[in-house]
Amino acid sequence: MSTGTTKLDVTVADVVPVNELVTRFHFRPTDGGLLPTFSGGAHVVVEMRDGDTTRLNPYSLMSSPLDTAEYTISVRRDDAGRGGSLFMHRAVKPGDRMVVSYPVNLFSLDLRAKKHLMIAGGIGITPFMAQTAQLAATSGNFELHYACRTASLFTYGDTLAERYGRRIHLYHDDRGEKIELTRLLSSQPLGTHLYVCGPAPMIDWVRRTAAEAGWPPETVHFEHFSAPQPGVPFDVELAVSGKTIHVGEQQSLLEAIEAAGVDPPYLCRGGVCGQCETNVIASDGKFLHNDHWLTEEEHRSGRKIMPCVSRFEGRSLVLER
Amino acid sequence: MAVKSIISRPVYGTLSPQPGSDHLLIADAEGAAAILDLAKSAPADFFAEAEIVFIPRDTGEKYIAALKALQPARFYEGPSIAAALPRLRQRLSTAHMGLRLYLTGTEGLIGQAMQAALEAGIDHKSIQTEQRGSLARRVQCVHCKGITEDVTTQPARCSHCGLMLLVRDHYSRRIAAFQGVCINAEDPSQVPPMEEMFK
Repeated sequence: MSTGTTKLDVTVADVVPVNELVTRFHFRPTDGGLLPTFSGGAHVVVEMRDGDTTRLNPYSLMSSPLDTAEYTISVRRDDAGRGGSLFMHRAVKPGDRMVVSYPVNLFSLDLRAKKHLMIAGGIGITPFMAQTAQLAATSGNFELHYACRTASLFTYGDTLAERYGRRIHLYHDDRGEKIELTRLLSSQPLGTHLYVCGPAPMIDWVRRTAAEAGWPPETVHFEHFSAPQPGVPFDVELAVSGKTIHVGEQQSLLEAIEAAGVDPPYLCRGGVCGQCETNVIASDGKFLHNDHWLTEEEHRSGRKIMPCVSRFEGRSLVLER
Repeated sequence: MAVKSIISRPVYGTLSPQPGSDHLLIADAEGAAAILDLAKSAPADFFAEAEIVFIPRDTGEKYIAALKALQPARFYEGPSIAAALPRLRQRLSTAHMGLRLYLTGTEGLIGQAMQAALEAGIDHKSIQTEQRGSLARRVQCVHCKGITEDVTTQPARCSHCGLMLLVRDHYSRRIAAFQGVCINAEDPSQVPPMEEMFK
């Protein structure tokens, strides 16, 4: 059960290959009209019906928040992932009917900021596509620094440069171009907020460097693109519903709970929003915590787990579900 | 010590050195002692990148030498909060990220400096604060909107319109003042006794 979010029936209006790894999908409401408004940084959870498997993957909306005739997402193909992105790339065609959640924003702009400094890595560019469109329309002050492996994988690099000119700075890894972060951070006017979306090591680097440079935590915003990791299968007892479930190698604990007909709350399915936090009643084994919600102390306590991204290895696990 | 009676009532902490490249410490009166306490746990090079703005008020010369002995990069001694504020706004308008703000002393000083900081885009949670010395309040009369500084009594007389005001814990960060509401609107002839509540 997605907390407070109603589902939207949409039809795939277009499928556009962007480069060798990324494809863009356009969704329009099946019954016509406009989609609900959203703000830059919001995501939707896309339901993928793949035979017997249902996957629910979050994707940032990358279209302009000023145009709600359609939602667009960009999906990077992950050949080693759990199959959601491969399904989107291979199976989804224009005209298909799909279900997406209402938009939820866990990575919103702080509009009190005097300036927005954005740092993107790879496919982490997608929320910034919407945020830059939103800011450009309101004369917001922003600057985007975007790093990618190669020119051919520079998803929307040209589009952004064309739209916003000198506000966009592109860095090619294969040309040895690096974001000079320390200098960049020290030259920002007071009242600047920092936003980072990309691979986990990049987010960690930016957050650490900003903290050392005296950027207060309130000014540093980040979005982890963490998908559930595959792992060793395990069994779980759900004490409240009286069920024992099996979590498959490619399945998340949350997905296994849902497949058993139990409906825990969720929003992000990526370990950040806190909705699916679940109490552990008993355990004999090791927790593999992958979330960014629980504190380190809670991770060590073995009394809570975020079933959307975290796993378990051991003899037995009993959850309050 | 301020107690969280209602949600808007600010509470203050204890100054501690933060990571940063530019430390701006602003104090009035006994707030100087909080800076001296902070100095005990500050890294060796902390004051080399720090500016102290101090308004002595009734402490006179008591703290000046000790503050200067910390050898801040800049030291400014001002005659009043009002005189220091335009200077603060100017300073913030040209500052960069990495600036950290430390406010200590009376609630009036903390509130007004924070008001200038909010306008400059600093989140109030990013500011270090410590209340020291007098508990006197800066009060806005909700009727005439005039502000009375250094209110120590309950009720208090509005220095603008003369109404007798109940000084509430209801606080506005935007105005940097507590709210004062007429205490005897039904019958102005009833004048409750004034007690010194905010010494």
